[in-house]
Amino acid sequence: MTGLEMDDLLRGFGREQKELTQILHQVQAEYGYIPPQAIRRVAEHLNTTENEVYGVLTFYKAFRLQPRGKHLVTVCQGTSCHVRGGARVFDEMKKELGVEPGETTPDRMFSLETVNCLGCCAIGPTVVVNGTYYSQVSVEDVHSIIAEYRKRK
Amino acid sequence: MLTHPSQLTVWKARILEERPVPKKTVVVSNGTCGRASGSLGIIEALGRELDRRGLRETVGLEITGCHGFCELEPNIVINPEGIYYGRLKPEDIPTVIEKTILKNRVVNPLVYADPRTGHRYALQKDIPFYRKQMRLLTEDNLRIDPNRIEDYILADGYQALAKALFDMTAEEVIREVDSAGLRGRGGAGFPTGKKWQFCRNEGADRRYIICNADEGNPGTYMDRSILAANPHSVIEGMIIGAYAIGAAEGYVYVRMEAPQAVQQVTIARDQARKLGLLGKSILGSEFHFDIQIVEGAGAFVCGEETSLMSSIEGRRAVSRQRPPFPAQSGLWGYPTNINNVETWANVPLIIKRGAEWYSQIGTPKSKGTKIFSLVGKIRHAGQVEVPMGIRLREIIYDIGGGIKDGKKFKAVQTGGPAGGFLPAEFLDLAIDYDNLVQAGSTMGSGGMIVMDETTCMVDLARHYMHFTQEESCGKCVPCRVGTRQMHDILVRITRGEGEEEDLARLEDLGDSIRVASLCGLGQSAPNPVLSTLRHFRKEYVEHIKHKKCPARVCKELVSLPSQGARPAHRKAKKRQHD
Repeated sequence: MTGLEMDDLLRGFGREQKELTQILHQVQAEYGYIPPQAIRRVAEHLNTTENEVYGVLTFYKAFRLQPRGKHLVTVCQGTSCHVRGGARVFDEMKKELGVEPGETTPDRMFSLETVNCLGCCAIGPTVVVNGTYYSQVSVEDVHSIIAEYRKRK
Repeated sequence: MLTHPSQLTVWKARILEERPVPKKTVVVSNGTCGRASGSLGIIEALGRELDRRGLRETVGLEITGCHGFCELEPNIVINPEGIYYGRLKPEDIPTVIEKTILKNRVVNPLVYADPRTGHRYALQKDIPFYRKQMRLLTEDNLRIDPNRIEDYILADGYQALAKALFDMTAEEVIREVDSAGLRGRGGAGFPTGKKWQFCRNEGADRRYIICNADEGNPGTYMDRSILAANPHSVIEGMIIGAYAIGAAEGYVYVRMEAPQAVQQVTIARDQARKLGLLGKSILGSEFHFDIQIVEGAGAFVCGEETSLMSSIEGRRAVSRQRPPFPAQSGLWGYPTNINNVETWANVPLIIKRGAEWYSQIGTPKSKGTKIFSLVGKIRHAGQVEVPMGIRLREIIYDIGGGIKDGKKFKAVQTGGPAGGFLPAEFLDLAIDYDNLVQAGSTMGSGGMIVMDETTCMVDLARHYMHFTQEESCGKCVPCRVGTRQMHDILVRITRGEGEEEDLARLEDLGDSIRVASLCGLGQSAPNPVLSTLRHFRKEYVEHIKHKKCPARVCKELVSLPSQGARPAHRKAKKRQHD
């Protein structure tokens, strides 16, 4: 991240506090996470404190302070997925990857995240890898889904 | 640019004239479930096959939002007949084109067969899932490509706006909505007309309106479907509301986990701006109004109106004391009116067809239709729109086809993490706001999650408590600490470490949290626990006294891994979705 890139990014936004979350969305879209240096630049742009920016970004689930792994695995924790066996799929995924939600595997291949509901409740349990949806996932499917991405490296 | 209301009619006539009338049109359901099940592959196959046979000019291809029958995605409807094919694979497409499009014959193996009777239904309108619905808001989903405002215009879109702006005063619009009996579809069921009037009555030089599209209840997906399938209906409703209330600025606050909704409502907003349906002098009138779209950042509490407003202001989404209510002091301290997506979508309908017509649908105190996400252990999972007052049994058995895999109905959960459970004795309950509250649940925004005998109610109560304690904004102690305490007790019980006193502790904590919490999230958080304690106390006792999980879900309490939560014969399907 360079100062110039951030300047470019911030140029598209006003200087009122209401821009803050939208700026953070943009920073994350650009870098995959919120780099620490970005916090200071955003605070300066909005004429607010780093503390305020940090407070807002840690409040919301969407923002990450660590870069994520190459593949992002998201397991739906919605109620419909849950009653259709989603909890066991989630346990199996944690076992398969060897990490807890919010963590990244040591080889930086996979990050595991949960989501409260993806809104395709009729076809759950649902797992999403890098934006690809897998529906009606069973415990047995978990290994083959991940294996496919391990192969890709 | 439209500068006079009559231009809407002229434009509609021109679209009709210029648009080719194909002999057949294939309509593809391409909502979130559709894409996750492979609708993009179907669209690709259709395009390929139509090209190969040189049929592009004579056969229409319409890509729409969700048709509601999510269980059978990906599915298509072939018009004008309305022939319905579900669970399609790309390899089925050549046959569909060959037989149905060219030879006018139905492809029997692709026709929907009722799993209970084996009866086959070739036409979409005859399928029991659709027949008992009343699709006032969702029927247009089958005709509208959300990328094309022309489709909405053909469905008489923005006619209600023209009527409101030019034939009605602001007060008359409010009166119409009020006498229609429309109540807030976000869950609380407050009369919409009254809410608008409160906001209008506030003397201020600026007022705001907000569309709450932060649909966060797990297992609930109507609002994002409306926004993704028919975004202009919501925008039109908002413009009419802004005119009635006297607001010049509006916000759509939409959940980031619904990327399709964000995308479609943004496209629709930009189209409306370009045509002069948003901005200065709308349709040539003296009314100015514009809409900003704000994407949420993954905080459930933003569904609560005061938190949502904090979030739009770019701050931590913590709730605040009411009163003052948003109508008095909302966004940046100005009077603000917040309604849910489905509420806004009802407004054009009421203005177009009149309060008298609208108020004939439903029960004495709950008017119109309600969209539910009918999910869980139900045979025909999907999105259903039904008139208020319909019996629960009709929704679950006639529309939903009953319970999956021959299991027994145990309960249905309505109202999400704020709601409650209705066991079998409530199957004949007529569904409306007041009856649901009386039965110990709530309408909520329309989640309906069906459970069978393999669902453990204690585990489910723990699931909901886990959710709310994680999503508590942390401002007030009862919610922040109390929900955590309840959650920890439930975890103990599901591990077989519960004590007999735990049930009293849960009830006691639940009562305190309900009374003492600052906002709706905390006030309703104990409901799923209290409701399961009321209807399924025996199950709790089994877990505590006999260290048994009757549904065989709690893994510490069963020796063998529980089976049967999911049909084993269907494999996971990998689908591209972008």
